[in-house]
Amino acid sequence: MDATELRERVRAFLRDHDPATMDRLEFLRARFDAGLAWISYPPALGGLGAPRSLQPVVDDEFAAAGAPDNDPMRIAIGLGMAAPTILRHGTDEQRRRWLRPLWTGEEVWCQLFSEPGAGSDLAALGTRAVRQDDGWTVDGQKVWTSLAHEARWAILIARTDPSLPKHQGITYFVCDMTDPGVEVRPLRQITGEAEFNEVFLTGVRIPDAHRLGEVGEGWRVAQTTLMNERVAIGGGAVPREGGFIGVVANTWRSRPELRSPGQLDALMRLWVSAEAGRLTAQRLGEQLATGQPGFEGSAVKYAYAKLNQEISGFELELLGEEGLRYDDYTMRRPTGVPWQERSPGYRYLRAKGNSIEGGTSEILANIIAERVLGLPPEIRVDKDVPWKDLPR
Amino acid sequence: MTLLYSEVEEELRGAVRRLLTDRAPWTAVLKRTESDEPYDHALWRTLAAEIGTAALPVPEKLGGAGASWREAAVVAEELGRAVAPVPYLGAAMATAALLAIADDDLLRQVSAGERTAVLATPLSTGPGAAPPVSARVDGDTRVDGDTLTGAVTSVADALAADVLFVIAGDGLYAVEAAAATRTPVLSLDLTRRLADVSFEGVPARRLAGRDAVGPAWAAAWRAGAVLLASEQLGIAEWCLSTTVEYVKTRHQFGRPVGSFQALKHRLAELWVAVTQARAVARYAAGCLADGDPDLAVAASLAQAHCGPVAVRAAEECVQLHGGIAMTWEHPAHLYLKRAKSDAIALGTAERHRATLAGLVDIPS
Repeated sequence: MDATELRERVRAFLRDHDPATMDRLEFLRARFDAGLAWISYPPALGGLGAPRSLQPVVDDEFAAAGAPDNDPMRIAIGLGMAAPTILRHGTDEQRRRWLRPLWTGEEVWCQLFSEPGAGSDLAALGTRAVRQDDGWTVDGQKVWTSLAHEARWAILIARTDPSLPKHQGITYFVCDMTDPGVEVRPLRQITGEAEFNEVFLTGVRIPDAHRLGEVGEGWRVAQTTLMNERVAIGGGAVPREGGFIGVVANTWRSRPELRSPGQLDALMRLWVSAEAGRLTAQRLGEQLATGQPGFEGSAVKYAYAKLNQEISGFELELLGEEGLRYDDYTMRRPTGVPWQERSPGYRYLRAKGNSIEGGTSEILANIIAERVLGLPPEIRVDKDVPWKDLPR
Repeated sequence: MTLLYSEVEEELRGAVRRLLTDRAPWTAVLKRTESDEPYDHALWRTLAAEIGTAALPVPEKLGGAGASWREAAVVAEELGRAVAPVPYLGAAMATAALLAIADDDLLRQVSAGERTAVLATPLSTGPGAAPPVSARVDGDTRVDGDTLTGAVTSVADALAADVLFVIAGDGLYAVEAAAATRTPVLSLDLTRRLADVSFEGVPARRLAGRDAVGPAWAAAWRAGAVLLASEQLGIAEWCLSTTVEYVKTRHQFGRPVGSFQALKHRLAELWVAVTQARAVARYAAGCLADGDPDLAVAASLAQAHCGPVAVRAAEECVQLHGGIAMTWEHPAHLYLKRAKSDAIALGTAERHRATLAGLVDIPS
């Protein structure tokens, strides 16, 4: 399957499905059924088993025809984390049930991983899943859950055997967010809005058919999700000046009164770092497309967090008096991170999360040091202790 | 444009690395720094003529290998990794100048590795439009050509050159290196020697006229900046991997010092920087190979980014090795000296940032 053949397939599809007249959802479903959704997925699951590197060919062709997209930001967790995990660890029936409405955006997904007592030490999680009849009953509390208030489904990890050491007694589930035992409460952030939530699970029923992978294998299954999360944050091809740096560079260009000689070199340092980060993400994308292991994903995410924080900090100081003002602290429920439309103060505050979400920069540095460079692991006093005996 | 390495490039890398491992281990490089022959001419002949690295960027119809600057950059990485004492950078810059002015005869000799040409400009010459004039032309009445009088300081690789290219008032000239006075300089970097060069009425052949000097100099300088970035990547990779191996084996307080999180995080950060340098250097090499319109940006970006990364890697290498790296008998100083000299060569990072600002429309 090459680019020419793919382009021809898309054009043939568009001849039979006119995006101008068709219902949006019907169009997206038909695109999925034609294998033109995520082309690297298997046939019958929205793909053609084609190389991932050719996905832009398809996306560009649809965009050029004015076709509706699946609002990827709103379903980012489904696309970036749930889907690869379901594909890799799900049964045929689970894949058939979940992947199509996930891709079309009919069903939004969220991720129930972190807990108040299990952040960087995610494997210490305490949410319990107890076997009951033909299913499981789940009790516990999750936190930092983006999109929980919109989601139909959640990927969930819970403890099924507290007598085992922490990594071993975990099982991976798909949780129905409409279950009466699920309570979602917004968590207001330093920006004023509430992107994420805390989620209380009280006697939530999950059928055994909604388990992903074997009982006790949840930590291993979760690795698929976490690897994909780190690629999703800060990855992907963007044009030059496509990120924060473009906003600041344009402010600099259009507002000569703000400039000072000292700040010019500071700005150029950031510009160089931004371009280096962009090219690194581009190279990572190429590596992933050819199926090479992408440890560079950790480098991209690590550098992206630091860079965004530096640029947004610079932007506030460049603006001087204006930097003292903020646009809106009203409590809102956004579905994405609208950094382009918001004020510099918002960018400064929101970027602080970049080095915390999806693995802190400190944990990433440990991962790089241990898995890439092969340095000795951190001392783990809790590794072989049954979870129930851990101090907390 | 791909930022990955091709199979052919990896094969070339393997061949160059095997040669350098065999002929230029650091112990030999260190020993040579205190000898009368700071450049390894025999090694250079093997590398340039037998492996054919001198011919890489030259088209086949001009006697070249018909490869590209992308492969030439891979060679630069390996030479940086070995701090090899060969005049590769100077020769490559001269080759780029010859390609720009289309002097086919000399180009054939240079790409065959028969003769080594080096551009006689100070190594520290930074980004900018005007070529650095270093000589005046005398007595242009002779039938067999002109003579040059002048001087230029801190020329890298001049000691290993057969031919020197000199920028004079009205053109670019070739002079026999043996006819010039080359005074060796005690360089900070002992593995890439500098020389002060002077010409007292030496016979010179005009390679290019006034109009062609600017473009030839720009082509040479850009090729140099791009290859230097790959060299800096190679230096940084050696420093990182050598330091990582050391902290795994060096024990203090009853454990490998590489198990301390303070060191692990420093090395992880360095790995991130080196990973970025690889993408940036590959992009610059790709732009040079393809004649991409973004080449000017890519070259200065590469110098603004890769220079400081190599210096940081070398400085971390010294610090994390501790006292042993302060000794003459340990290779770290060879890399520190090369990295710091490279950060000044062809313009400092700050100069490149200023150039970039102009190129991407960020006014002062």
